[in-house]
Amino acid sequence: MENVLGIINLINERQHLKDLTAHRNVASVPFGGRYRLIDFTMSNLINADVSKVAVFPKEKYLSVMDHLGSGKEWNLDRRSGGLYILPPIHPDETVTGDMKQFYDHLSFFERAEADTVIISPGSHVCKLDFNEVLDYHKKHKADITVVYKDYVGELIEKPIYHTCSVDSDDDITDISFYTIPRPGDHVCLETFIISKSLLVNLIKSCVASGEYDFLKDAVKANLHRFTVKGYNFTGDMPFIHSIESFHASNMNFLNPSVIRSFFGDTWDVYTKIKHEAPTKYSSSSKVTNSLIANGCDIEGIVENSILFRGVKVKKGAIVRNSIIMQKGVIEEGAIVENTITDKEVRVTSEKSVIGLKQPTVIKKAEVI
Amino acid sequence: MGAKKWIAMLLAGGQGSRLGELTIGLAKPAVPFGGKYRIIDFPLSNCTHSGIDTVGVLTQYQPLILNDYVGNGKAWDLDLDVGGVSVLPPYQGKEGGEWYKGTANAVYQNIQYIDNYDPEHVLILSGDHIYKMDYSKMLDYHIEKNAEATIAVIQVPWQEASRFGIMNTNDDDKVTQFDEKPKYPKSNLASMGVYLFNWKTLRRYLINDEKDENSSNDFGSNIIPKMLEDRKKLYAYRFNDYWKDVGTVESLWQAHMDLLEDTPNFQLNDQQWKIFARNANHPPQYISPDAEVSQSLINEGCMIHGNIEHSVLSYNVQVGYGSTIKDSVIMPNVTIGKNVHIERSIIASNCVIEDGAVVGNSAVTSDITLIGENQTIINPNKKKITLN
Repeated sequence: MENVLGIINLINERQHLKDLTAHRNVASVPFGGRYRLIDFTMSNLINADVSKVAVFPKEKYLSVMDHLGSGKEWNLDRRSGGLYILPPIHPDETVTGDMKQFYDHLSFFERAEADTVIISPGSHVCKLDFNEVLDYHKKHKADITVVYKDYVGELIEKPIYHTCSVDSDDDITDISFYTIPRPGDHVCLETFIISKSLLVNLIKSCVASGEYDFLKDAVKANLHRFTVKGYNFTGDMPFIHSIESFHASNMNFLNPSVIRSFFGDTWDVYTKIKHEAPTKYSSSSKVTNSLIANGCDIEGIVENSILFRGVKVKKGAIVRNSIIMQKGVIEEGAIVENTITDKEVRVTSEKSVIGLKQPTVIKKAEVI
Repeated sequence: MGAKKWIAMLLAGGQGSRLGELTIGLAKPAVPFGGKYRIIDFPLSNCTHSGIDTVGVLTQYQPLILNDYVGNGKAWDLDLDVGGVSVLPPYQGKEGGEWYKGTANAVYQNIQYIDNYDPEHVLILSGDHIYKMDYSKMLDYHIEKNAEATIAVIQVPWQEASRFGIMNTNDDDKVTQFDEKPKYPKSNLASMGVYLFNWKTLRRYLINDEKDENSSNDFGSNIIPKMLEDRKKLYAYRFNDYWKDVGTVESLWQAHMDLLEDTPNFQLNDQQWKIFARNANHPPQYISPDAEVSQSLINEGCMIHGNIEHSVLSYNVQVGYGSTIKDSVIMPNVTIGKNVHIERSIIASNCVIEDGAVVGNSAVTSDITLIGENQTIINPNKKKITLN
């Protein structure tokens, strides 16, 4: 069987989620009631029988290390292969680009037995079948395969997405950085297939000439030299680039067909196991249209909301159109509407937190 | 190998025939409980929390599911190089082999396993009860009393005492007499099936008991009475928390209903004493706009479109529009169609209840209805569709 190395590249993460990434990287942002964003990428890699995964974080990576642990939830606690976390090694220098950090861990790449490498960010919420992408890569004898997705969603104001131009042979002809995509534009998902030997050569040659960005200096600069193919991912994937789109893409999971398409019809999405009890609904609870993880204790009213593991909604409290992350406590008579509360937030008795035009975000462990 | 302070032997070989169809394909300790667990999770999690790192699980009846479930013990943090959890079915040695004849014989046949760890104490547990217990406190008590054996006891209502093994004790809780299911109980201290022995003493008694052809090789009927006869120091350790035998359909159902009180006597959601279980990867539960849920425990992977009232739903249970589930226990992977009515029932794993079907009897005097695993219940009024 083909030996594939998985690289989860967190070096190019952008800080669109503001307070939610104040103390954690984007990949560790909680999503969908019991997951972290990185769980989707991890599970997609495992589904493709990738047995060695290296995560390259840039900063604030305590939570990703804590979350992934030994990798046992993804069956990566193995004798051969396994999970590696490879942070920057020069703490006094700022990271100049992903290729620099790859170069700092060059021996890891050189020693890996893999012939093929999958590179992916850690924040896409999707079920991307890497087996299909690998087959595509092989069938087209590509040197590099770039995964892209046609933009769907609202018009954004800031130029934040890299887009690619693709010709009728699926060849990538150009890559534009920091654009405002219109619906249908090919957004580069910064997800690639490349052979290990080519990657190692590119890392060495780029760094030798003072070039540090994989997409710009290794892919775009070589579009004419190599066969660079575009793989169009047509499955569900929300574009998350703001608190509003984060809130909306979570809410999108309040739909049985979305739940089934992500968790029922395809491979499992694994996450860290917490051993929480089933959720308890008391005689006074009233819950409707909500996605609820285990370990919750619900005595109040919950509507159109997502509750993560271990949330308590006390008697007379109301939670509406909100996302309550792990171990949040909404006390007696409190009202939470159109709000995202980060982990361990406590909204005390009779207080209200109501997001008006856009969702309010309450920072981790805050007491209102 | 260094000696262990103590190890546990968990008797998990019983069929649990009073659980009827629930135990056709699996042993009693493997019966699902509480929407997420199996009965064996309770003693195993108690071991983890009590600092016991070596547990032998003695299996015999329908062991496949149990073996697979216990696995390498990872879920209970018992995946260790030395010790951890070992599944111990009867085996053949040079002198031949035989089935476990009784609880004491099962441990007797594994003397070699226990000797490997050279423990000072051996804790004997059963896989029939729902409780959270810190066995290390029992060990402290055992050492403090300088006992040869300590038996955990719980006070039961006097009128029920004749259903249990009853310990008669003196003022100091030293056991003076053991009455198995006495007609006229002299005490209401019932044995919980949790025994702590000094291994050297127990080892000798097991060997002698094996030589006794009249013995039924049982802890309660043979080993304990023999030790009392020999005037060994046996103490009763009083346990004052929730403990429930779930050996019958009725008691299994009742133990589930106990969990649904607004302030239950037995709290599953206990951050200090989590109950560990395997199979924990399912998406969050979805409660649809058409659903109503009250006084219930629901696990991940469920999709609820109907009314759930005072019930326990295990993982991956689907409930269709217009259905009502009341005072019932639904085990894993059950699919319930539309306009179904289920009341005072236990539905075992992987059943399908088709649209419009009715299960259970609402009269409180009626027996609990049990639907065994993998069954399909149809609506008897449905017009028969013939394929041609």
